[in-house]
Amino acid sequence: MKIKTIEELKKIREEHYEKVNLREEGDSITDKIEVMIGMATCGISSGARETLNAFVDEIQKEKLNHVKVVPVGCIGYCHSEPTVQVNKPGEKPVLYGNVKPDKVHSIIEKHIKGGEPIKDLVLEMNFERA
Amino acid sequence: MARTRTNILICGGTGCIASDSEKVQKNLELIVKARGYGDEVKVIKTGCFGFCEQGPIVKIEPDDVFYVRVGPKDAREIVDEHIVKGRIVDRLLYREPEKGKIDKQENIPFYKKQLRIALRNCGLINPEDIYEYIALGGYEALGKALTQMSRDEVIDEIKKSGLRGRGGGGFPTGVKWEITKKQVSDKKFIICNADEGDPGAFMDRSILEGDPHNVLEAMAIGAYAIGANKGIIYIRAEYPLAISRLNTAIKQARELGLLGTGIFGSDFNFDIQIKYGAGAFVCGEETALINSCEGKRGEPNYRPPYPAEEGFWGYPTNVNNVETFANIAPIIIKGSQWFSSIGTEKSKGTKVFALAGKINNVGLVEVPMGTTLREIIFDIGGGIQGGKKFKAVQTGGPSGGVLIEEQLDTPIDYESLTEKGSMMGSGGMIVMDENDNMVKIAKFYLEFTMDESCGRCTPCRIGTKRMYELLCKITDKKGTLNDIDALKQLGSMVKGSSLCGLGQTAPNPIISTMKYFWEEYLGFIQDNEHLSEEGKYKYGH
Repeated sequence: MKIKTIEELKKIREEHYEKVNLREEGDSITDKIEVMIGMATCGISSGARETLNAFVDEIQKEKLNHVKVVPVGCIGYCHSEPTVQVNKPGEKPVLYGNVKPDKVHSIIEKHIKGGEPIKDLVLEMNFERA
Repeated sequence: MARTRTNILICGGTGCIASDSEKVQKNLELIVKARGYGDEVKVIKTGCFGFCEQGPIVKIEPDDVFYVRVGPKDAREIVDEHIVKGRIVDRLLYREPEKGKIDKQENIPFYKKQLRIALRNCGLINPEDIYEYIALGGYEALGKALTQMSRDEVIDEIKKSGLRGRGGGGFPTGVKWEITKKQVSDKKFIICNADEGDPGAFMDRSILEGDPHNVLEAMAIGAYAIGANKGIIYIRAEYPLAISRLNTAIKQARELGLLGTGIFGSDFNFDIQIKYGAGAFVCGEETALINSCEGKRGEPNYRPPYPAEEGFWGYPTNVNNVETFANIAPIIIKGSQWFSSIGTEKSKGTKVFALAGKINNVGLVEVPMGTTLREIIFDIGGGIQGGKKFKAVQTGGPSGGVLIEEQLDTPIDYESLTEKGSMMGSGGMIVMDENDNMVKIAKFYLEFTMDESCGRCTPCRIGTKRMYELLCKITDKKGTLNDIDALKQLGSMVKGSSLCGLGQTAPNPIISTMKYFWEEYLGFIQDNEHLSEEGKYKYGH
């Protein structure tokens, strides 16, 4: 479908708002949980692809159908790649650094299932987005 | 349920509770109810704003007004004045020492450290899903430009915003667009310069990989403004992931009719093509870039004529950097006034820097212009690795120079960095600690520019080679003071007589390290006989 007016664009925006509303403030009414993985060149070269695969595998194995893995770009934290952000409804998103595949299991068990973020891995998001 | 028109956010962090924020909250709730606004105004306790020393903090949304040191007795005034009458309570606004009052949260210095405009969507959206970009307001700027603004209005808005070229030159973007628009021609082109070549710089790559639609949308806006129907993204082939995401993005934009014919029902047609560069540094220079796009050798031309007059295949062509484009859509949506309220007098908005070298938090940062180097390196960058001492920072890549401890409080903008002997450049920032030898740093950069010199003009081709040889001789401890002197003279010659920016700036690392670290050059000289005459040779004496 081709967009021909701003109204059509805004309608599409509303239809897809659910896709992104979790991300900044955890503002969502569904039970959907998102795992965002920094998959720019920098992340991939530090092993983000292996981390992403580990998440996908374990989520499938555990049949966590409400958890979605989203590849995103780089947030600039090269010092702590691979980075992973977990967005749960009603909670402020949590950003993790240095998430190698061996950390994936505990993030899923403790944070996604258990609701307790893993403090040692948490990074501070020290920026505002325009 | 009634729809809330206003939220009063009150900080419920430990710091604010300790300074009575709970009483403030109770009072606010009571008074809001008493005035009959209980249904439309909500009082919400939030987490810590991180601004505890000014607590209790109260924020009114959506007005984005930020009150500090709010006591229980102030609740009545906030409700009666702000909520009921819509007037801001002046005396409770945050005051920056020596400056005026500040009402918006993003204007408070504590929050100011990083503001992401160009990187706003990076790491937040799936770059391969156009709908996620649209969900965050993507392509609304293009829609607004095409359906509500004339070409001159678009140019005017960009001019008023004060946006300047982020590739390093700092030429006002709106003026560049205007010059290209004024050319009379049946064909015009708009080119995105994604030939990011500074060692250690990866700002543009991150934008293209994390938010490719951002650049496509801005190119379409620029094309509409100048009257072009074709866009070219010139990107180095070493960026395969960025290329693949751009290709995906272009395909998706075409499917939704956001590229193609009759965009947004207007008579504006626009499409984008990708051209791959082989990674030559000089192809970041716009005339060399255009030559390369045409399939010729990547060598610069004499200017004038400027690309705006005679560019790609002789047609008027506008070339902007990736990061410049990344700022366009927010300016169109939020307005030039918003953008020009950020930054310094002559440099508006933000700048992305790639922090590298001996710094703890290696990575990308985006800060408002006017932020100091010290804030970037120590507050955001987390200081020097291993607790070592800071020695110098190189900005502007191989074309820039070093800045030392005494200059760390320089607020970053185009003019102040040039004044201090370096330059803004595209945004590479390499930090050196006490163990780094500055002569070797200069040698590293010279080796780079020597390799990258295209060979078209003699001063650059031969000059960079000879300077590099002299630096090798010096660092091998075989040099004399005469060699240092020759290096100095050669530097000013290459600077003054080269054809393009590459040669004109190649000696900068030598000149600036000589200026600040002269003794390190001397340290390599074994020639004791002449050392007594040192003063004669010293740079700047």
